Amino acid sequence: MTAPRVAGVGMTAFGKSPERTGRELFAEAARKAYDDAGLGPDAVEEVFYGNFMGQHAEQQGHSGPLAADSAGVTAPATRIESACASSGAAVRLGVERVRNGAADCVLVGGGERMTNLSTPEGTAGLASAADALWEIKAGVTFPGAYSLMANRYFHEHGGDREDLAAIAVKNHRHAAENPLAQFQREITVEDVLSAPTVCSPFGLYDCSPMSDGGSAALLVSEEFADEHGLDPEVAIAGTGQGGDRMALHDRVSMTRTPAAERAAEAAYEDAGVGPQDIDVAEVHDCFTIAEVLALEALGFYEAGEAISAATDGETDMDGDLPVNLSGGLKAKGHPVGATGGAQISELTKLLRGDHVNSDAVADAEVGLTHNAGGTVASCVVNVLEVVA
Amino acid sequence: MSEDGPRDAGYDDFLDAVEAGEPYYLESPSGNGWLPPREFDPETGERELTEEPLPETGEVLTKTVVNVAGPSFADDAPYIVAVAQFGPVRLTGQIRVEGQKRGVGSEEVEVGQAVEIDVGHNETEGERVVVLEPV
Repeated sequence: MTAPRVAGVGMTAFGKSPERTGRELFAEAARKAYDDAGLGPDAVEEVFYGNFMGQHAEQQGHSGPLAADSAGVTAPATRIESACASSGAAVRLGVERVRNGAADCVLVGGGERMTNLSTPEGTAGLASAADALWEIKAGVTFPGAYSLMANRYFHEHGGDREDLAAIAVKNHRHAAENPLAQFQREITVEDVLSAPTVCSPFGLYDCSPMSDGGSAALLVSEEFADEHGLDPEVAIAGTGQGGDRMALHDRVSMTRTPAAERAAEAAYEDAGVGPQDIDVAEVHDCFTIAEVLALEALGFYEAGEAISAATDGETDMDGDLPVNLSGGLKAKGHPVGATGGAQISELTKLLRGDHVNSDAVADAEVGLTHNAGGTVASCVVNVLEVVA
Repeated sequence: MSEDGPRDAGYDDFLDAVEAGEPYYLESPSGNGWLPPREFDPETGERELTEEPLPETGEVLTKTVVNVAGPSFADDAPYIVAVAQFGPVRLTGQIRVEGQKRGVGSEEVEVGQAVEIDVGHNETEGERVVVLEPV
């Protein structure tokens, strides 16, 4: 069994394009992935398409075949839905298909159209990733759910809004030169602290935006790469998925994310690495506190210690562990069904050396993606390695 | 529950019990507490869940003030959402300080605040809501 190679990646620019349909967004991402790989749709044997809100935003279910159709593929195609971890899960399924020999070339990724909805409509759509009976009926929104986690974190471990603001400032700085990012501008701690409150303690800049976008990757077997004269530099060396109780109040802890811990443990074991081996990471910072919880779950920090990582510059472009060099969900944008695939696209480019921020990790050989669904009731971690 | 809509078994039964002054939770042989409907203890896989009386008072574990709401709560914002612990079970509800508007008085509610459970209604749609009242 060999690690699937990432033959090609592609993503749309993330941002507001309310008129563009999900199928169009995914088609653009797929076209870029084909061009990046030097392959065409005829090579694809199976499609896994991540999408969360299609039925809410576009009245479109059964979007797997539609995504394949838009990408020029006639092959088995399945929509994968795991809230904001949908395309991370799609990538994971593609990895397993190639590893077990069921396919030699798969198209994975996702798409999401969100900004055609009003803010209340989008808020309601996102909230459907929570427990419909016991959370949504109590008025829980997604910023609200993560705010509950943040306030409990402050109570147990300390930290304050300025620590969270440092995360938003860092990720905006990382996105400033990224042509695919939704927000290509820097902000200050004061901007974050003075923004309108969404849910205490979060202001507007603590929250990832509503975004439209698509992402795609072509995963191939080593044999396929050899036969087609391809020489992909990056492989997916390990993958893991974890689950947890759906409702926040049913969790053992509201300041830990065991689903991410389980996903990371499995992915590390699968790849034969540990957190000390990771040179660069793209983590699921849907809200500023989410980056803190991710860094602790992934084993980079002990519980209660990651809150100051951005303030201290440790996760900055020039820090010991650069995190979210793409800008993260916070500044790159968060078209939820496309996010996990976009992490693969951005990290692959960072490791290959053709990302705008690659110079910050010129010697990096191992990277990690962390893609979470809901309040981390589901999580997928993928480990990428430079192999050529 | 909407007057004309279907009931959600378990959830609406729980709210009925709260309104009747007999709130309950489900407890597994291991002592874990859960809200209905549950066939299994998800921690242990145990099936023998029994209805037990919910403790009269709970403790706020965390809270937030929601300013940007979905359509179902558009006219309610701002309002306070909290998670509270009642013995072995936790639940999510809206904190409502008696005599004050929703969202007002939240600064008075801290982690550790004792609360009682009740059932209220949301302003926007008139739906029943789990309410946590400071005591």
